[in-house]
Amino acid sequence: MSNPPVEKIDVEAVNKKENRSLYVSRKQIHPKRAEGTFRRLKWIIMGITLAIYYVSPWIRWDRGAGAPDQAILIDFEHRRFYFFFIELWPQEVYYITGILILAALSLFLVTSLFGRAWCGYSCPQTVWTDLFVFVERAIEGDRNARIKLDKAPFSFSKLVKRVTKHTAWIVIGLLTGGAWIFYFADAPTLLRNFISGEAVPVAYSTVAILTATTYVFGGLMREQVCTYMCPWPRIQGAMMDEHSLIVTYHPARGEPRGPHKKNDSWDDRGHCIDCNLCVAVCPMGIDIRDGAQLECINCALCIDACDGVMEKVGLPKGLISYDTHEGSLKKEPVTKVKVPFIRGRTVAYTVLLALVGSIMTYALLTRSALEVNVIRDRNPLYVQLSDGTIRNGYTIKLLNKLHETRRYQVTIDGLEGSKAWLQSEGPRTEQLVVPVPGDSLSAVKLFIAAPRDVLEKGNHDIVVVVKDLVSGLTDTQDTTFKGPK
Amino acid sequence: MSKVEKDEISGTDTTGHEWDGIKELDTPMPRWWLWTFYATIVWAIGYWIVMPAWPLISDHTRGMLGYSSRANVEQELAAVEESRADVLKALRETELAEVKDNQELYQFALTGGRSHFAVNCSQCHGSGAQGGPGFPNLNDDDWLWGGSVDDIYQTIQYGIRSDHEDTRVGNMPAFLKDEILERDQVSDVTEYVLSLSQEGRDAEAVARGKEVFANECASCHGENAKGGRDFGAPNLADAIWFYGGDKETIYKTIANGRANVMPAWEQRLDDAVIRQISLYVHSLGGGE
Repeated sequence: MSNPPVEKIDVEAVNKKENRSLYVSRKQIHPKRAEGTFRRLKWIIMGITLAIYYVSPWIRWDRGAGAPDQAILIDFEHRRFYFFFIELWPQEVYYITGILILAALSLFLVTSLFGRAWCGYSCPQTVWTDLFVFVERAIEGDRNARIKLDKAPFSFSKLVKRVTKHTAWIVIGLLTGGAWIFYFADAPTLLRNFISGEAVPVAYSTVAILTATTYVFGGLMREQVCTYMCPWPRIQGAMMDEHSLIVTYHPARGEPRGPHKKNDSWDDRGHCIDCNLCVAVCPMGIDIRDGAQLECINCALCIDACDGVMEKVGLPKGLISYDTHEGSLKKEPVTKVKVPFIRGRTVAYTVLLALVGSIMTYALLTRSALEVNVIRDRNPLYVQLSDGTIRNGYTIKLLNKLHETRRYQVTIDGLEGSKAWLQSEGPRTEQLVVPVPGDSLSAVKLFIAAPRDVLEKGNHDIVVVVKDLVSGLTDTQDTTFKGPK
Repeated sequence: MSKVEKDEISGTDTTGHEWDGIKELDTPMPRWWLWTFYATIVWAIGYWIVMPAWPLISDHTRGMLGYSSRANVEQELAAVEESRADVLKALRETELAEVKDNQELYQFALTGGRSHFAVNCSQCHGSGAQGGPGFPNLNDDDWLWGGSVDDIYQTIQYGIRSDHEDTRVGNMPAFLKDEILERDQVSDVTEYVLSLSQEGRDAEAVARGKEVFANECASCHGENAKGGRDFGAPNLADAIWFYGGDKETIYKTIANGRANVMPAWEQRLDDAVIRQISLYVHSLGGGE
């Protein structure tokens, strides 16, 4: 064989059982560069997710005059949420709840199928940590160089490297926090104001906070965020079962492990040559050969590392691979992983996803541009007028979600011989027409008076009908007319 | 009975206490927790020094920063007053009937009027201005002294039968108590008054009562009993009763008279406040 021998790396998992103590300070992890299928996949996903994050606020979407032209905008000042063709008012926050439910269910489904795919590939903590490690490697070199630099005495070149690295990290943090604020205001305007110092203080404080958290989480704390701060590793245990895909080492094939010299026989020994490369590349600093563990984010970099080694020593790949718990106990090399995709919990999650998704779609498609709310005066319940008729008062709230002024006609159904008028215009009102400016709510006070003899048992059910005089769109609201018993 | 043991699995000592065979590990506090705890102690001591903290017998420690929530409230109230100065001035200088033309000013007046009404007027007129026996309902279209916004303003300013020199006064005499009418006559007038809004009263008594009414009551209540605003005399022919519309109450009213008082507010409330209340009452549905 012409392959160079595989060296054993001097590294130990940070969470070795024998070394666990209640007070232990963190051991700096220096992940070695990995290469392979999953590393490539991770670079691609990192590119896509970062692009979505940075580019989204800059996409324009024409909504006509008077409305913002930003495709995705959370407008706290005017209490609106825009997402392309969707525009939500604060009282429609249940759509957000729906999206959160969909997101949670998707996460559950993906977890029960592919384990911690979220943690390993698309969690911002993973993506940004990857980015920070990439920058660190570019400036200080790979694992060995970084360890050496750590141990090296203080020198000018060390100072330069450290200052460069931390500056680069802070710049990334600044860009991260900077991108965040563009979701909450018109991006081009805010960028101009931000640079010229005219933006609102909360923009600066948000950027400052997010810069700090990005720098601290991605640069300094890294794997500690996942292990100690994040609740998801604890929750995900409930999502997975013995059929979920996890990054796993096949002990039946690998053990007993031990160093292997070229041309040695593979008989009576395992395929693991104990080179520790899987530990060295791990961003969490753990040893996958200890089995499935809380700290493992399933990023699959150890698979890439081990596959490379197996290729070098001329053995089939897959000593470490994505497999189910069941598959991890098999001795033969993994060629094709069999995952029973259709299981009770995956079906349940899919059905729930479809259900919530359809409800959301239905609600969104049938969303009306007009909403009416009628609030009855309760103090006093009713007023007797001098001619013996009974008068009730109502506050009618008309909500015009269009971007232009509309005139609405208000009529009362179900009360014979009654007369209705707007408080602002007095009892001589001929036709009840209320103009409502675009994208706003108007409240008007309405009086209805009816002769005493039409009232049975004191109460009368009536319907307030509101009609858009331009489009003919109507909305109704049931209410009550009260009188003396 | 305490015996500290080393737990084999975790390698931690137990507390040494045992409850029915259950032992507790003496796991130390996490460091971050301890440090946070110490930090709060330091913070508390600093707080005692700079902020008001310890109660004394008749006072309390003031703290170096001189913070006082009472002073803060005063400051905030002063700021509110200052921010309202312009609009209150505008309200004082605008004709009441014309306030409506300035919607912003009008809405300010209605909102302010509602809360001033709740503080000053609701005790008698009710929180919804619905009144009660002897206290007029301000929602309806029946007014003793006039229902234009200027009339309402005048009533609130000077009151009715109040101690203000510009007050308006109308007296309902005690016809029986002061021996102006006989018992039977009072009863007859009562029948007559009831007949104005009800059918099937005693026709003979009504005829006698009508005569007495023309002599004694029509001067204030009007010949057709529709009331007279110059004297605050209620309309007796409509569906609304000031003190109650049953026979006994009407008899009592005629026999003993009525003289309820609406206080004058000119000395007690700012003119702008009286104007706000006037506009609010006028807006309740009966304003003329």
